[in-house]
Amino acid sequence: MTSGGLLRAVAGTAILGGLGLPVLLGLGHGIAAAFGHFPAIGAHGPDLRPWRELLEMPGLGRAVLLALWTGMAATGLSFLLATGTLAALHGRGAARGLRRVLAPLLAAPHAAIAIGLAFVLAPSGWIARALAPLLGWARPPDIATTGDPLGLALILGLTAKELPFLLLMFSAALTRIPVGAQMAAGRALGYGRTAVWLWVLLPQFWPQIRLPVMVVLAFSVSVVDMALILGPSAPPTLPVMIARLSSDPDLQALLPASAGGVLQLVLLAGTFAAAAVLARIAGAAGRAFLRRGHRLRGTGRTLALLPAASAGIVLMAFLALAALLVWSAAFSWRWPELFPAQLTWRHWLDAGRWGWPAGASALIALASTGLALAAAVAWLESADRLGRRGRDRWLAAAIHVPLLLPQLSFLTGLSGLMIRAPLPPLAAVIWGHWLFVFPYLMIALKGPWEAADPRLECSAAALGAGSWRRLWRVKLPVLLAPLLTAAAVGFAVSVAQYLPTLFLGGGRIETLTTEAVALASGSDRRVAAVHAVLQALLPWGAFLAALAVPAILHRERRGLGGAA
Amino acid sequence: MSLVLASLAVAAPGGRRLFGPLDLEVAPGETACITGPSGAGKSTLLAAAGGHMERGFRLSGRIILGGRDLSGLPAERRGIGMMFQEAVLFPHLSVADNLAFGLAPRLRGRKARRAAVAEALEQAGLGGLGGRDPATLSGGQRARAALMQTLLAEPGAVLLDEPFSALDPERRHAIRQFTFETIRRAAIPALLVSHDREDAVAAGGPVLSLS
Amino acid sequence: MKSFITAAFLALIPAIASADDWDATLEAARGRTVHFHAWGGDERTNAFISWVGDRVEAAHGVTLRHVKLGDTAEAVARVLAEKAAGRGSGGSVDLIWINGPNFAAMKEQGLLYGPFAGSLPNARWLDLSPGSANVTDFTVPVEGLEAPWRLAKFVFLHDTARIGPPPAEMAGWPDWAAAHPGRITHPDPANFMGATFLKQALAELAPEGTDLSVPPTDATFAAATAPLWDWYDALRPHLWRGGTSFPASQFAQRQLLNDGEIDLSMSFDPASAAAAIRDGLLPPSVRVHVPAKGSIGNVSFVVIPFNAANPEGAKVVADALLDPEVQAHMQDIRVLGAFSVLDPGKLAPQARADFAALPSGPALPRLEDLGPVLPEPAPGWMTQLEAEWQRRYAR
Repeated sequence: MTSGGLLRAVAGTAILGGLGLPVLLGLGHGIAAAFGHFPAIGAHGPDLRPWRELLEMPGLGRAVLLALWTGMAATGLSFLLATGTLAALHGRGAARGLRRVLAPLLAAPHAAIAIGLAFVLAPSGWIARALAPLLGWARPPDIATTGDPLGLALILGLTAKELPFLLLMFSAALTRIPVGAQMAAGRALGYGRTAVWLWVLLPQFWPQIRLPVMVVLAFSVSVVDMALILGPSAPPTLPVMIARLSSDPDLQALLPASAGGVLQLVLLAGTFAAAAVLARIAGAAGRAFLRRGHRLRGTGRTLALLPAASAGIVLMAFLALAALLVWSAAFSWRWPELFPAQLTWRHWLDAGRWGWPAGASALIALASTGLALAAAVAWLESADRLGRRGRDRWLAAAIHVPLLLPQLSFLTGLSGLMIRAPLPPLAAVIWGHWLFVFPYLMIALKGPWEAADPRLECSAAALGAGSWRRLWRVKLPVLLAPLLTAAAVGFAVSVAQYLPTLFLGGGRIETLTTEAVALASGSDRRVAAVHAVLQALLPWGAFLAALAVPAILHRERRGLGGAA
Repeated sequence: MSLVLASLAVAAPGGRRLFGPLDLEVAPGETACITGPSGAGKSTLLAAAGGHMERGFRLSGRIILGGRDLSGLPAERRGIGMMFQEAVLFPHLSVADNLAFGLAPRLRGRKARRAAVAEALEQAGLGGLGGRDPATLSGGQRARAALMQTLLAEPGAVLLDEPFSALDPERRHAIRQFTFETIRRAAIPALLVSHDREDAVAAGGPVLSLS
Repeated sequence: MKSFITAAFLALIPAIASADDWDATLEAARGRTVHFHAWGGDERTNAFISWVGDRVEAAHGVTLRHVKLGDTAEAVARVLAEKAAGRGSGGSVDLIWINGPNFAAMKEQGLLYGPFAGSLPNARWLDLSPGSANVTDFTVPVEGLEAPWRLAKFVFLHDTARIGPPPAEMAGWPDWAAAHPGRITHPDPANFMGATFLKQALAELAPEGTDLSVPPTDATFAAATAPLWDWYDALRPHLWRGGTSFPASQFAQRQLLNDGEIDLSMSFDPASAAAAIRDGLLPPSVRVHVPAKGSIGNVSFVVIPFNAANPEGAKVVADALLDPEVQAHMQDIRVLGAFSVLDPGKLAPQARADFAALPSGPALPRLEDLGPVLPEPAPGWMTQLEAEWQRRYAR
């Protein structure tokens, strides 16, 4: 076998065996358990008892509606704001700074943003305190602004996190369309900016961004950590309900929990179908309008509302991060103080408290990212050596599977399987993180890898360098910056994981994320804030390192973006 | 050592024949020129000779260097140097390190290798520029550095893919002279792909036209 | 007389046997890790457990790993799962902080190791006579299967800067809440503190002659709780958020009190107000209130699962928790402020002096202020109260 073939066999086995197979097994086990077959806990189906038990859960219907509504509303809002903002900002030079501004938000895990936002939005929170003197509130108003029955706080939280992600994905996709030329052509024909966006650019743009939008949709409809912190509680959203069932002391509750996982899967498939239908209808309606020749001139002002709304949400997310920082150093910070009267470092000095989870988070993130990076490089390099670059559509599909499935649907099954065949918890958690780190890392790395100048490799080969020397001495150094960026993305994904840590670690692995979520439910907001700040800092540090290391190593290499 | 292309033909993945079969012999120190319109397969011909062909293209005939049949060998074992348009240098290495990357492993010892690189730089009129970032070199300097890098690997033949087209006209002449002169002195066969009639004339070797 | 002699004899046997046995236990425990599964929602308790860990590490070379639980039921589920999977030894849980229904469930399903409590050297400081709070857990006999470590007594905390003390009797609550609309609430009854609030009300409101120590039947439950639901229907509309949503736990509620969103919280720990004030977690104006007729009280225990990988280490930790120095440290409001389970009458003079020297504070009630202890009802009452509340009030 050639070196390329061998490499490919190893990488392919790792990806299929480590990612595809367990996801399928977990899913299969979950479906079997949903129909009453779970021998490890004495259920020998098939029967419909799990479904009956699930349907008897109080508030199930509302929980389902809440999950659909919050997930779809957050995705729709993020999509609308991201496209609207890019439409308004494009060609005004502002888009370039976007990435730098959004980096802290991209790096911050959902749980951290949620904990900060919970304080910003609370009836006794920052916004209310700022308004209190104006509105004459002596005491915090008795209004549900977080955990509200409609899930508005959850929608806002999800949007605060997904909007930056979509903005980034969209602006990358936009570079592949000659926006400037088409905009000029459209306007020369008398169409307003909005019209050109809606009828010319969006239809070309949609196929490129469909996948990230679906990933956001899948995530939002099935999110647990953020819904625990910001979502309603009586009843909670369906995913929270299922997660609670999964950790019920009575193991028999795993049966309705598995049924819930299947229900979640069906619901998600439904929302995907709904989104596809919606996109078609929107396309058809757009073409119908187009044929009538509507020019939509003078809608620029309406369009300007969208970036303003985006700015508002981004600002709120930054306020959330700032609130975390302040809380982590507050001694007491009560209504109506805008800033704590007394600051203290004691929560930071208590490193024995946060040191272990921080270490565990870093270790798990490094290990899962390292494995994912090795697998991704092995796969991409083997494709190059075998001349199969970009031809592996099945792989592109396979790596999206963990991102497009609700985590609960297969994690419930996987943790069920682990009752029979327990892995050491740390190994299980690292592998559980890898399931999500690898796809994101692969997506981040694939483009830059394939865009690298192929002549460099030809040159090196013509100079007598063999394939390994070309990889180590030419490709990896030239791709250092994208490799590190992809690794930072993977690191951030790992630090943010909640359910895989919880389910596969069996409660024995504490990371910053599980600690922050657990602490968010009460207890001590200051300690929760310390964990959340660390949770946000760790990935941010990884991103900074990914920028700094190549900048230092290549500081005199202008061809690689250095300063010289 | 002369370079011989014997009944060389290449078919695209769909089965369409790009060119050939063609025969060509280039003597040591001689530069053969291949011309023809865009899409005639000039670059593919070079890729076929150098072993850089993309998967899916089918090659028939033989490539013989110094009596040895190279067809089927990977690029790094053919001993055929390659120079691209806009002279490709590795962006992460200094100019000297770029040349050292090409330097044949036969030459041992840090001192000896460093001296060989310095001499090559001197020869190309790049003395003292070894520590520079390749991205800061002018087009002409880059072309000369790339040629020296290629020759330091002691190839049995060189392929030149429109190496002068990106240079401005004043420089082009000098670089061209330098290149052909250097190849002559190295006494290896060279294959040049070019649009430019002047290149063919200056090369002074056989001319092959693809259509 | 005969029973007294037997009891004295039984009490002596472990004391005699233990000298050697205990050395063997310490020897077996040295150098190994104890996985202590304990609810991790309270920072001070976590810090205290980690302090105990440092102590057993230094004294006996036992490493204590606190596995922080959101709900004690998670540990029970884990042991149950291991039993289902046929793991009869080498289990992942060595020690659990537990009481009430979780203990009853583990005992009933044979998931417990022991009896072991009587053989702990520090058990000699405990009152283990019949009728003591240490020998029954929510009316279920302990039988040496769990070792006590802290005392819990239900109290209310209110912010005197904003509101007066709650009524002396639970019956007065609807009027009191009506006078302070939206400022009063209780934790979700799915949480044990919320359920305890209902139990406290039940203990006061149940018709004369109701015996809560007997597990309820459908009929006795309906009869006993009818006045409670009338009372609750009158109370609920005046609660925070109109009684439509509730803090998830006492800690979520304490945070709301600290934030000024409400004026009342509750706790199982009479010293918690003083401790929280010291810690910046409650305003200095918060005080403790105990209902006139007394309040529900119980004892927190630790158990060792039947399949614990390290039962010796678990015993060493359970014993360390009963060390008079540890108990005095625990009762210190600067540390945890949880009342000790030791019998003051049995303590050595030095230990008694240690307890007497503990600091006090205006928000710290004296032991004699706490009033009588109402015993926990049988576990069935709590589960049924929870379920019935869910049925009536959860949307």
